[in-house]
Amino acid sequence: MRVRLVGIYGAALVIGTWVAAPLLLIALAAFTPRNILYEWPRPLWPRAFSLDTMLFFLRSTGVWASTLNSVVVAGLTIGLAFLIAAPTGYALARYRFRGKGAVQLSILVVKMFPATVLSIPLAVAFIRWGLYDTLIGVAIVHTALSIPFVTVIVTSVFVGISYELEEAAMTLGSNRLRAFLRVTLPMAVPGLAAAAIFTFVLSWNEVFAATILTLDHRTLPALIVDSVISAGAPLHFRFAGGFFMVMPAVVIIFLIRRYLLTLWGVTVR
Amino acid sequence: MAEIALINLRKTYGHVLAIKDLSLQIQDGEFLVLLGPSGCGKTTTLRAIAGLEMLDRGRIVIGGRDVTQLPPGKRGIAMVFQSYAVFPHMSVYDNIVFGLRMRGMPADEQRRRAQEAAELLEIASLLDRYPAQLSGGQRQRVAVARAMVIRPDVLLMDEPLSNLDALLRLHMRAELKRLHRELRATTVYVTHDQVEALSLGDRIAVLKDGEIVQCDSPGRIYDTPANRFVGGFIGNPPMNFLSGELRTADSALAVIVAGVAVPLAPDHPTSSTGASREVSAPGGTGLAGSLRPGPGRLSAGTVMLGIRPEYIEVVMSSVPDGIPAEVVVLEPAGPNQLLTARVGREAVKVTVATDLVLLPAQRVWLRMSPSRIRLMDATTGRALV
Repeated sequence: MRVRLVGIYGAALVIGTWVAAPLLLIALAAFTPRNILYEWPRPLWPRAFSLDTMLFFLRSTGVWASTLNSVVVAGLTIGLAFLIAAPTGYALARYRFRGKGAVQLSILVVKMFPATVLSIPLAVAFIRWGLYDTLIGVAIVHTALSIPFVTVIVTSVFVGISYELEEAAMTLGSNRLRAFLRVTLPMAVPGLAAAAIFTFVLSWNEVFAATILTLDHRTLPALIVDSVISAGAPLHFRFAGGFFMVMPAVVIIFLIRRYLLTLWGVTVR
Repeated sequence: MAEIALINLRKTYGHVLAIKDLSLQIQDGEFLVLLGPSGCGKTTTLRAIAGLEMLDRGRIVIGGRDVTQLPPGKRGIAMVFQSYAVFPHMSVYDNIVFGLRMRGMPADEQRRRAQEAAELLEIASLLDRYPAQLSGGQRQRVAVARAMVIRPDVLLMDEPLSNLDALLRLHMRAELKRLHRELRATTVYVTHDQVEALSLGDRIAVLKDGEIVQCDSPGRIYDTPANRFVGGFIGNPPMNFLSGELRTADSALAVIVAGVAVPLAPDHPTSSTGASREVSAPGGTGLAGSLRPGPGRLSAGTVMLGIRPEYIEVVMSSVPDGIPAEVVVLEPAGPNQLLTARVGREAVKVTVATDLVLLPAQRVWLRMSPSRIRLMDATTGRALV
């Protein structure tokens, strides 16, 4: 019993460290004054903090524009993904239909294609269609990437809401649509919101497609990868960029962590 | 208020037959219970009446109006679900007036009706609460109130008491009966609990494998089950079945069980028809092959004798019409005791007085009340009327 407890806590510690240590190191480095950052031997805990590096990063060209781009892309992704995945999830949760299993499987099959393989054909196709270097183009790819997640989440959200409630509303005189809007949707909102935020984080963090498919209209990760890392920006500048990138995701996940549990079947009523 | 006609309903799920070919007339204001084991099609039938199930075939007429193609909300029905299906994100009041809002009723009328229903169901003090704050019994009352306020022609209930504890169930059963008496809405009530069915129903339709086996008043369902299934399903403990030989010789009819001749009542409905069938069967050469085994076996004399546990008398000494039996166990059951005895290889349950003392393996004689004996075909199990 004791051994088991030690094992569990040990594993939790290792995993926690594995996730948290890089975040902590990036955060520390982002707020360390430049001269201290390049000292050798470097202290684990810096002697002084400063906002200089962060401010320098935030004032550099294109950061705010690409942040806005990222937000727009994420917003479009959420809209598009829900437009497609929400009805799919509802249908999968509520109805038995021919090919249901195939639909469920094909949703996962999308995840089997590495984005790397698709990148060049995708870039070529997007140039032909005039979608290259547009935000909607990036959003479309992000939608494709997030649809499996959103579908699975939405399905489990709707499965968690008893269909009898909708049926009860129908026997009380509402039609199918009204029953959905008045009864199921209000109950699904927390779960759907969590799914939307999850999609936001997914799109916000996506770097590969964003880098390949944009040139002038960079999203934030693409900008950081391209102009900060590839262009050989100094170390402290990278840390600032990394910190700025990762923070929204960390904060959001922290805020919705309760809902994340409910997303996969463990529903709270 | 409306009568319901179910005409040749049929419903399948893939290869599973849920309702075979069901027809039923339900009177205006009647309390009809659909009773049967799980999977017999009773809930499917109820949901079909509600319009929540699409039928493969058949028509449903409510109050002279063919509603087969109408959505649930336009059928003049209201339904109480097994899970209550009370909307968790709405207060009790909003739950109750939901149906009225959907019908666009003025707010003051909504309030008046909700108040009235809440008082009738004794939940007037809970109107501001949310379902999560209510007990199971209270939630159930909300569900009933919500169905009631829209003043439906037909009230449908799907095992509304099955999620309540035993004491509350007993209480709510009486409440539902009182409500029905006051509202007089045609009610269709689904249950697998035969006690509920007997106590609530004006009529009970016993279903098995998607078919109505018998539809009759509770008294007739209990006393004269149409077949072995009904006799074995209704009653606690259910009807006893013993195999015997029907003897028509002499003037009196009798069934030979374990070597003892059990006389049948002279006016027993089975006696005359059974006898006449037996006489005619051997000569009936024109009968179709498929029909022959039934009457043929009857003439051979093998029948199933059905008798309820309370119509058997336990005698301590040998009597001419007493069937010898051996005591297996005696269980006290409150107002009486339940005796399990063995006749040959067959077990018989008998309700006996609490002061009777019997020892295991003791020999007793069972005397059956002749007028309460019900004869069934040994193979088909159908009552021989």
